[in-house]
Amino acid sequence: MLRFALSRALSLALSLVVASVVIFAVIEVIPGDPASYMLGMNATPEAVAALRDQLGLNAAPVARYLAWAGGMLTGDFGTSYTYKVPVAELVMQRLWVSLPLALYALALSTLIALPVGLIAAARRGSATDYGIMGATQLGIAVPNFWFAMLLVLVFAVNLRWFSAGGFPGWAGGAGPAVKALTLPALALALPQASILARVLRSALIETLGQDYIRTARAKGLTRRQATVRHALRNAMIPVLTIIGLQFSFLLAGAIIIENVFYLPGLGRLIFQAITQRDLIVVESLVMLLVFAVILVTFLVDLAYAGVDPRLRKRV
Amino acid sequence: MKGGPQLWIGAGLTAVFVVAALVSFVWVPHDVTALAIAEKLKPASATYPLGTDHFGRDILSMLMVGARTSIAVALVAVGIGMGAGVPLGLLAAANRGSLIDELVMRGNDLIFAFPSLVIAILITAVFGPSALNAILAIGIFNVPVFARVTRGGALSLWTLDWILAARVAGKGRVRISLEHILPNILNLLIVQGTIQFSLGILAEAALSYVGLGAQPPTPSWGRMLADAQTMIYTNPSLAILPGLAIVGMVLGLNLMGDGLRDLLDPRVRRARG
Repeated sequence: MLRFALSRALSLALSLVVASVVIFAVIEVIPGDPASYMLGMNATPEAVAALRDQLGLNAAPVARYLAWAGGMLTGDFGTSYTYKVPVAELVMQRLWVSLPLALYALALSTLIALPVGLIAAARRGSATDYGIMGATQLGIAVPNFWFAMLLVLVFAVNLRWFSAGGFPGWAGGAGPAVKALTLPALALALPQASILARVLRSALIETLGQDYIRTARAKGLTRRQATVRHALRNAMIPVLTIIGLQFSFLLAGAIIIENVFYLPGLGRLIFQAITQRDLIVVESLVMLLVFAVILVTFLVDLAYAGVDPRLRKRV
Repeated sequence: MKGGPQLWIGAGLTAVFVVAALVSFVWVPHDVTALAIAEKLKPASATYPLGTDHFGRDILSMLMVGARTSIAVALVAVGIGMGAGVPLGLLAAANRGSLIDELVMRGNDLIFAFPSLVIAILITAVFGPSALNAILAIGIFNVPVFARVTRGGALSLWTLDWILAARVAGKGRVRISLEHILPNILNLLIVQGTIQFSLGILAEAALSYVGLGAQPPTPSWGRMLADAQTMIYTNPSLAILPGLAIVGMVLGLNLMGDGLRDLLDPRVRRARG
């Protein structure tokens, strides 16, 4: 297990290095000079040159890459060109919106998908099953940002239960903040819940056909007991993988959803940074998201190997 | 019915949008580039079957041309994915365990590690928002998908006796890949192509919704939704119709993909009884 973990950690580190080089190279291509953008149209060439120097933009690309990558390793993400504050600080502020949103959506998606998938599998072939499968097909086809607009239409415009957007912050207590994140989280959760429910259903149907389920029934367990005690546990392995993968989808999906609800999260930050040519923020944000995805995949791999020893051989 | 009802419902739904897109090349009810402010925000009528938007443009015509944009972007993106991914997958499978195989697979893992939407946003931001850059951004993420499916399908074929027979007959790896492997994994590729097509439609809608897809005056479903958002209090129907179009097209493709898989993969057919 240790050897497996080490070899996975090595490939994790390698992926991060390659990813950082790719991101840096892509950003290098971006047209537009951040220094002249920051100083505005009336800046003198001398002032622009001085600022370029100050920002370290005159150094060779390799030196700048090393400075950027080295800084990130020590938690120094550089200073935002436009906000004039450390990028790490900026990201931490916004993370307090995006991370709770992604976790909230993940919780909702799991809470919806588990009973739905369970019912569909237990009543396989019935009208309920067909209804659920049809609904999940629809759930997968609905773009989450459009579903978000529909939620706004129903719950904010017509029923007035929620506000159509904005975020009150955590300072005023968790209640209003959680309320402001409810519609966005629901919008993010629906397509993911549909996928998860389908995965759970097919995993359950497969495990329910196994011999040990028949044995469990033969020793007197009811269908329900056999499903919950034996089948569900074994069906959880593929489901957990999907949940792990979904976290990164949710974090990235939040970028669009934050725009629908005007939430001051990482997504809004990345868009503002792109339009303002705040390259250091764009670079660091993309790297952070990639890191999150790679890390989650790594953890899922480890958890998988922890549960199923057979997987440890496949390095 | 062969292939089951979902294949035919899916194909029918998809056909509606494809036909609408094709018809829009030769005829639309109203010109979508001409602004007619006097006609703005009209409800549905005989002249404007689905009403007009805030610039007085006919919604039905916008949806028809929008179908064209969506389908074109998603289709070309699938083409890019297949064009690059299939040869890479065949190459990797033909040289299993070699350095080439390792490079292709690790490259795949790397692209998978990037949150696709974030990179699509990055690409369109770097090279400027346009339909072409949206195609590229979506297409790049199709490459590892097709490479993986192709490699997986090809690997299982390479172990079979009749491939061995072809090798004994003196055929090279390239010839075997093209003459024997490729035709036998076409089923897999068609099913995956349908799925990537529907994901492409969703991705295009998301990109143009945030303003990084096709640029005005070219109508696109995502952009129509973005425009409608500011008027959601006064004209909710503007926010509903383009969304229904996206859902219809994606649902059609997904149903068709599932139906095709059942039809083309005998194992699934047997399992379903």
